[in-house]
Amino acid sequence: MTAVVSAKNLGLTFSTGDGDVVALTDVNLEIEEGEFVSFIGPSGCGKTTFLRVIADLEQPTSGSITINGMTPEAARISRAYGYVFQAPALFPWRTIEKNVALPLEIMGYSQAEQQARIARTMELVNLTGFERKFPWQLSGGMQQRASIARALAFDADLLLMDEPFGALDEIVRDHLNSELLKLFAATKKTIAFVTHSIPEAVYLSTKIVVMSPRPGRVTDIIRSTLPAERPLDIRETPEFLEIAHRVREGLRAGHSYEE
Amino acid sequence: MKPAGSTIPILVVLLAALVLWYLGAIALNWRGQLDADQLRGVTGQTWTDTLGATLGQDKPLLPAPHQLVAELWKTIAQQAVTSKKSLVYHGWITLSATLLGFAFGTALGIGLAVLIVHNDATNRSLMPWIIASQTVPILAIAPMIIVVLNAVGISGLVPKALISTYLSFFPVVVGMVKGFRSPESIQLDLMHTYNASKLQSFIKLRWPIALPYLFASMKVGVAASLVGAIVGELPAGGGNGLGARLLAGSYYGQTIQIWSALAVAALLAGGLVVIVGLVERAVVREMGARPA
Repeated sequence: MTAVVSAKNLGLTFSTGDGDVVALTDVNLEIEEGEFVSFIGPSGCGKTTFLRVIADLEQPTSGSITINGMTPEAARISRAYGYVFQAPALFPWRTIEKNVALPLEIMGYSQAEQQARIARTMELVNLTGFERKFPWQLSGGMQQRASIARALAFDADLLLMDEPFGALDEIVRDHLNSELLKLFAATKKTIAFVTHSIPEAVYLSTKIVVMSPRPGRVTDIIRSTLPAERPLDIRETPEFLEIAHRVREGLRAGHSYEE
Repeated sequence: MKPAGSTIPILVVLLAALVLWYLGAIALNWRGQLDADQLRGVTGQTWTDTLGATLGQDKPLLPAPHQLVAELWKTIAQQAVTSKKSLVYHGWITLSATLLGFAFGTALGIGLAVLIVHNDATNRSLMPWIIASQTVPILAIAPMIIVVLNAVGISGLVPKALISTYLSFFPVVVGMVKGFRSPESIQLDLMHTYNASKLQSFIKLRWPIALPYLFASMKVGVAASLVGAIVGELPAGGGNGLGARLLAGSYYGQTIQIWSALAVAALLAGGLVVIVGLVERAVVREMGARPA
């Protein structure tokens, strides 16, 4: 297995008017090809910041990080990843298919290629039939699925997801989680997934990175022993609960809830 | 959709305005009527005679609505549109300068906004001048623009249009700077992850998101353009256009002529704003806005 993301002693300090804020310190981490890695921790632990560093949306202040052996900037320019934000961030003046086509237009795909890719990704996220709808005509869960389709459209091998289901209710979230696992199995992508839900992290991941705040750092890395095939009721098995317990222990060890 | 039953309130307001207008005309013209009667030695007038007379003066302080309608009928419907007595003729002269100036002004406003949004140096250096430009009274510089341009051989439509431009570019700059800056950081981040060029970000994000601001600005700008064109016609004196009509009317105390020119100007402005609104509605529908 080759490392898609490799961070060594990575640190990031924001300079603010009130002084420096250490968002990340001494992060050593590898994300290997085909892994589903969840980042879990309370607010301020730097999980989103780390994802943004991978995406070249934030610049680290110390240490090093490579994506497919390149700098984050080179990886971004070579369109190595698709990014799914907390909000769907669909353009309201574009139909769903035009939203999915946005990266394709920017990257210069032909009309025919765009159509083929739209059809394929819309099917992957189960939105076939909604191509001509505008975002406001879709529910929140469907909008977020459309934004996932947009991130998948240009076939980047790495998918970065920043709490994509955080704003959705439990039922929709369960449904999208199992769909995401199917998509993960079908596309063989590498996924980095930020969440603050323990069950979500355990259910989805092949590897769970537990982080704690002030300063943001990695406290535990847990390899999941769950099988690749995961029905929703796997969440009641002892194996699942044991991993969830270890995540909870990791969060507690970070003293994250003392303040 | 219009809410049901909105016709009656609108008619009531219109009727109230009409009644107030008549009352105002009587009150304002009463004194003058008494003075005129005295001057001509007319005596024995009952108050109903005076009342009737206040609504039919040649040069009333405030013409009554029916006098205005009669004047508009005479100068619009009963004249050939090419006649110098036709308000359609004068209205078209003003309108053509307005439209040309509005087109210049909108283009200039958008262009300046693009420069300001994409370059901090232009933002800092241009914005103070743009704001300062609007603090100069247009009445003061309009004659200078006309005279200076005349001296270099430019006369007629263009100088007037430039005054319209001067007034109409401002709301467009201000609105479009705001509009071009309205994308949320998440939308800009998204474009960044695609490694989109500045031009692509502009075409696919900043321009469409700024369009609602453009229409709001254009509604203000088009009305300002008309004012600019009329002001541009004032220094010409004795020329053509609604501004010249206003000026000629005030020279000779032809209040009915002034008011009818004003009425045509108001109708033009209203019509232009409505047209911008209709275009806006069509564009917004095309852009998939949720029906209100």
